[in-house]
Amino acid sequence: MIERIREEARKAFEEGKIEILIGFGRGTLRATPIFIEKKEDVDKLIWDDTCWINLATYLRRFRGKKTGIVAKGCDARSVVALIAEKQLKREDVYIIGVPCQGMKNEKGEEFLSCRYCEYPTPPVYDVLVGEKREGKKENYPDVSEFESMPPEKRWEFFSEEAKKCIRCYACREACPMCYCEECFVDSLDPRWLEPGLSLSSLQFWHLVRAYHQAGRCSDCGACERACPMDVKILYLTRKLNKEVRELFGFVTGLDPEALPPLGTYSTEDKEEFIL
Amino acid sequence: MKKVIAFLCNWCSYAGADLAGVSRFQYPPITRTIRVPCSGRVNPLYLFKALYEGADAVWVSGCHPGDCHYQTGNYYARRRFAIFNALMEYVGFEKGRVFFSWISASEGKKFAETVKHIKEEVEKLPPRQKFLREND
Repeated sequence: MIERIREEARKAFEEGKIEILIGFGRGTLRATPIFIEKKEDVDKLIWDDTCWINLATYLRRFRGKKTGIVAKGCDARSVVALIAEKQLKREDVYIIGVPCQGMKNEKGEEFLSCRYCEYPTPPVYDVLVGEKREGKKENYPDVSEFESMPPEKRWEFFSEEAKKCIRCYACREACPMCYCEECFVDSLDPRWLEPGLSLSSLQFWHLVRAYHQAGRCSDCGACERACPMDVKILYLTRKLNKEVRELFGFVTGLDPEALPPLGTYSTEDKEEFIL
Repeated sequence: MKKVIAFLCNWCSYAGADLAGVSRFQYPPITRTIRVPCSGRVNPLYLFKALYEGADAVWVSGCHPGDCHYQTGNYYARRRFAIFNALMEYVGFEKGRVFFSWISASEGKKFAETVKHIKEEVEKLPPRQKFLREND
């Protein structure tokens, strides 16, 4: 696999398809993002079970350059979502798709987002390395389980998780879709949220961050893994993914031409909740 | 007295409130109205913020589907608030504190009825405890 990735990367440099390549290199604890500008350096590329960072996060830094990216299923879907939101041009991105075997933590356990992964193979790519892999049928068993708990228990869980947060915003930095020039929590005028670690302010951050991901999250799980306090985040974003799929029939990152679900509408949308 | 932050669209619901007043329909004085150009102008962040700052309820009202002054603003709003509702309910925030309605400029009666309905719903609930700003 590693050889094939290097080979495709070398070819892309030789054919002038890319000026820079974002891929994974050897890090101390896990695979680390590397940025390659010369074809001699492609031998630094690796692929293993620790390539769990979402490389699409770095793409916007190279806008205007022909950029290659080594992308597993979720990375490629984030790239597509960025293209759909007009953050990148399709022709500027060269996607080296890698069918993903599922990523694991330091203890060798598979991540939650990988366990339920529906698209291990990138739905959109320029070249695919290796055999396509079938995903699992997504029916959000974890979200349904959470929904079946009584509201008070859900609030308790939400509060307990939020309490752990230290507002370092590592989740935001790890996320390819969190690209706002100024995040609402950083804004001083209007000041949406004061600094501090009160429970309600932490809940505010978690709710609004999750809300902003609705219809845009590719379920890569990079936010949860980036969290130094092990706050659970995916139960919120996965709920919104489920909701967007059920209400609007939309799955993120499959079609670069499709409008984001909250950036469009249907006259047939449900409205039982409206008086 | 309960406080309800009402985001009313300029062209329909705000005019509906005006008609309710001109027609002398009685309704409880619980709303604090914020006039917005369109229900599509209401950022869901406003609703989070209003609840966070202590509102007993928030209410967004716009034109009926198809009647939007800007053709489609209320359709966008409808999607946003469907997601907003789903998220708040999911984390266990109590029901009955978030309201959405379509009220046209000719529905003064409906405006008064809706305010009464919201008051009844809010009064069923105990005082706010969850998701309240703490003193800083």
